[in-house]
Amino acid sequence: MESSKGFSSPQSHAFPAGLRVLVVDDDPTWLKILEKMLKKCSYEVTTCGLARDALKLLRERKGGYDIVISDVNMPDMDGFKLLELVGLEMDLPVIMMSVDGETSRVKKGVQHGACDYLLKPIRMKELRNIWQHVFRKRIHEVRDIESLEGLEGLQVTKSGYDWFDDGHFFSGEDMSTPTKKRKDLENKHDEKDFTDPLSSTKKARVVWSVDLHQKFVKAVNQIGYDKVGPKKILDLMNVPWLTRENVASHLQKYRLYLSRLQKENDLKISYGGMKHSDLNPQDAARALSHQNSINFQQNDATNGNLRFSGNNLLIQNLNSKSNEIDARGTIITEKSGTGISHSLSPLEKEMKFAAFDGITPRSYPWREVPEIQFHQENAGNQPEDCFGRMAVPMGGLQNHVQVDQPLPITPISSRAPLTESQLPNPIETKPLNVDYAISSFTQASPVKTRIDSFPVPTKSHTGNQQAIQPPSINTPSMKNQGFNPSCITDLESSRSNISSTATESPFTSPDEVLQVGWLQDYSTCLGLQNIELLDFGDPSIVAEVPLHLYAALKFDYEQLSDQSELPVINQGLFIA
Amino acid sequence: MDVAQLKRQLFAYTALLFHEGFLDEQFTQLQQLQDENNPDFVVEVVSLFFDDSERLLNELAKALDQQNIDFKKVDAHVHQLKGSSSSIGAQRVQRVCIAFRNYCQDKNVEGCLKCLQQVKHEFSLVKNKLETLFNLEKQILAAGGSPPT
Repeated sequence: MESSKGFSSPQSHAFPAGLRVLVVDDDPTWLKILEKMLKKCSYEVTTCGLARDALKLLRERKGGYDIVISDVNMPDMDGFKLLELVGLEMDLPVIMMSVDGETSRVKKGVQHGACDYLLKPIRMKELRNIWQHVFRKRIHEVRDIESLEGLEGLQVTKSGYDWFDDGHFFSGEDMSTPTKKRKDLENKHDEKDFTDPLSSTKKARVVWSVDLHQKFVKAVNQIGYDKVGPKKILDLMNVPWLTRENVASHLQKYRLYLSRLQKENDLKISYGGMKHSDLNPQDAARALSHQNSINFQQNDATNGNLRFSGNNLLIQNLNSKSNEIDARGTIITEKSGTGISHSLSPLEKEMKFAAFDGITPRSYPWREVPEIQFHQENAGNQPEDCFGRMAVPMGGLQNHVQVDQPLPITPISSRAPLTESQLPNPIETKPLNVDYAISSFTQASPVKTRIDSFPVPTKSHTGNQQAIQPPSINTPSMKNQGFNPSCITDLESSRSNISSTATESPFTSPDEVLQVGWLQDYSTCLGLQNIELLDFGDPSIVAEVPLHLYAALKFDYEQLSDQSELPVINQGLFIA
Repeated sequence: MDVAQLKRQLFAYTALLFHEGFLDEQFTQLQQLQDENNPDFVVEVVSLFFDDSERLLNELAKALDQQNIDFKKVDAHVHQLKGSSSSIGAQRVQRVCIAFRNYCQDKNVEGCLKCLQQVKHEFSLVKNKLETLFNLEKQILAAGGSPPT
């Protein structure tokens, strides 16, 4: 049964009254009861007996609803599936309901993104407080913006989840004074927050219809998953009313989705082999080398090129001197022990990260990371030079990724001034379908990153090690140069908090810092945990780094000089 | 019978139903939801429940009548019935459903058939009792009394 309501604009009453709720349940009795209960809470209620009707309504009336409540068991569509779609297309909070309160079901609900799970029979008092989920979402969005603003030169736009264009990285023009923006936003936040948090601080919500999403996916595929960025997608999609911000936040979700798919896939993949079955042909084709191996190369590589594709982080270290280790089978296995708390679900698409041009990591032993693509830049002869950039992004992964196993890193050549530190925690090389952007970096200390299935190289203390996102990599020096913009773009979408134990030398490229922040954000988005931040010792780098990277960047600049770089892990997680 | 007497009867009867486990707190919730906007709310909801449950019971009988019983399907129906009965507080029906689901999971045909009988029985019991209750209310209204709260 469906009772249609006129399209409502954002409520004019005092929040939470007038909250626009969409209830989906195949049980007519419950539908009636819930409708009555919600009305008694002064909410605006629309009911649907079928999931597909609900989706239709949501798509037709973009921005017409604030929250969705859905039963788990429905005849035409699984409630969890509806949950996913709503989260992806409309980005609305969804509450699940069921008469079945089994832990596994509740867990599944949470995993699929439900913001709450109610057990039937539902009492009215439980419904009274559902507005908190809407409120919370708004707050977080604003908070994201504000945190972005916190960094110098960060240009913040007003919508939530604002990711910066590729272009921002390289142009300095976007760096406006943060204070002004922050103040503006704060003012908006303050005045709106408690009176009407659901109001126009945010732009009107974009509903991602199937068509729109198809266009999006097409654009992404066309550009190349690894090169994708909001602006490029927007241009290709050619939808006049769509903004870059819309695309950016959608891209983020898409990546999360893909990563989750990958993760599920990964579970079936044995070590040493990457299964690209879930990759679309285009992606698969893009994976440069779908190998699960990382080529370890010792330093002086001219271009460490880590190519990260869908399930594989393939590090192709262009370093001429590197010891190439095809860790495909071996390293991956070693990584199995990594206790990555969250697996960044493999990205369906390959993303190119950290295309650092010109970096030649000097003797950076590479941890095997399945298909991590990036260029290692070796700015100088100092091992420190290497990782800065990459390390930065890793910082973001701090709380999310933690590599506990030492990576099997090839002993660094004697040239490396740094002593090789064993990688304390091997990075799990489970065929993560996560795209990592790993820059070359030198690791001064073991990386403590624990990444679920990230083939993140653990830290090595050698200057020329290229560790892929070891959280606590001590990079003696990090030099990121020639940061590839596209990598950064990719990195944008993933936030990881990488904590590094500090690099010895300041990063030479602002991009490094940018990446860290980016990774931080990414990991946050992904819900990664336990990735320690990469600390960078050089504040100056931060200043140059594109603003958006700062988002979740936590730097301890003093430490940078002591730390090895953390690889930038770019996870292209899509939520398909 | 005058209004006061009817009201007392209604009150006692309702209390009995609760006491015997035919109804639970959810029913009270429904009663509290009834207001001047929806003066017949409880009756409407319960009617929906009756209709839907009858449909489900028919489906169940059909499903269990097959040569090769599809227990998943049976379980799905029972699950639905469980959900429905929880909506109005039909506690005894709900309890039978729980046992019913266990038999489904065990693929116990005997057990399932037994439960089907039981749930049909409980359903008709609660249906009768609720109808009696509603009749009492109607009488009260007809006798000029205010709607029961």
